[in-house]
Amino acid sequence: MSEPTFVPKTIYIIYIASTPEKVWAALTSSEFTTRYFFGRSVEIEGKVGGRFAMRMPDGRFDIKGRVVEWDPPRRLQMTWAVDFEEFRELPESLVTYEIETLGKSVKLTMTESHQWDVPDAILAGGRQGWPLILSSLKSVLEIGQPISIDVPMGPPKEMIDAIRQAVATRPWRAAGLGR
Amino acid sequence: MNEPKFVYVTYIATTPQKLWQALTEGAFTRQYWFGQSIESDWALGSRVVFRSGSEVHDYGEVLECEPCRRLSYSWHVEYHEVFRREKPSRVTSELEPMGNEVKLTVTHEQFEPGSRVRDAVSNGWPLILASLKSLLETGRASLLTSPDKLRGARERAIAVAEGVA
Repeated sequence: MSEPTFVPKTIYIIYIASTPEKVWAALTSSEFTTRYFFGRSVEIEGKVGGRFAMRMPDGRFDIKGRVVEWDPPRRLQMTWAVDFEEFRELPESLVTYEIETLGKSVKLTMTESHQWDVPDAILAGGRQGWPLILSSLKSVLEIGQPISIDVPMGPPKEMIDAIRQAVATRPWRAAGLGR
Repeated sequence: MNEPKFVYVTYIATTPQKLWQALTEGAFTRQYWFGQSIESDWALGSRVVFRSGSEVHDYGEVLECEPCRRLSYSWHVEYHEVFRREKPSRVTSELEPMGNEVKLTVTHEQFEPGSRVRDAVSNGWPLILASLKSLLETGRASLLTSPDKLRGARERAIAVAEGVA
């Protein structure tokens, strides 16, 4: 069986009037992430193989992983495992941030990649979350204030149902994965 | 089978009224859309044109118009043969107020199989909508979408389209 490979499933691009250094700081320091990432503080060891986690406002972690690429202020990649109830069963995904300078702006590209044929109902969580998170990051850097809307913090019901079904049948075994 | 639709979502600290104005009035679109004015009376079936100075580029037709909530028009890209030969696609903007922000969803769909327009607009929308968000939140659009950047953006889009044709 061949090695599982990560395939990009969700890409979100946003342009920010800022510098690569500031965008990098916003992605890797908790004083920024608590403002735009649903209150989560990032904990990241700045080296390849380093630990990565997101801590919820109540102190628990819900995302854990490790740093795969650490190239400030251009490219950051980490494995991304949701450490939360049924989600723990899912194979880890990969999140990549690329930062490019364009004049006095920055192009930030977020790519979420998966090793198995993830149903759209599960991908929907990220597809709802990333635009809000990264729109809010842009506002934090441009106007000093995040997007403040109250949105349900939890994942959509369809997503939970799809995860339960996936956990019951473990379709990722077809990709040679087990966790 | 049609090409997959393109969907882009962003959240903007503004009101649905201001966002609607920014999407439907040329004096606003000029500021964040590479200097182009959008012009229409927004009645169902009316013509929509994109103009730079005296030059009309793209055009379309109003398909749905529910002020401050939902706007849909067809879009025929005129500025180069590689795009002009495709049938019109469809753009829908949905505005949902959420607290002090508005969720804006732009869906661009009904592309021909193998559409070159789809590639071009997939690159263009994130840039234009980021610039729109900056304009409404800071009063300044992105320099990346100023009028002098239009030619370069189009040349790149044409080069990509011809490269894969």
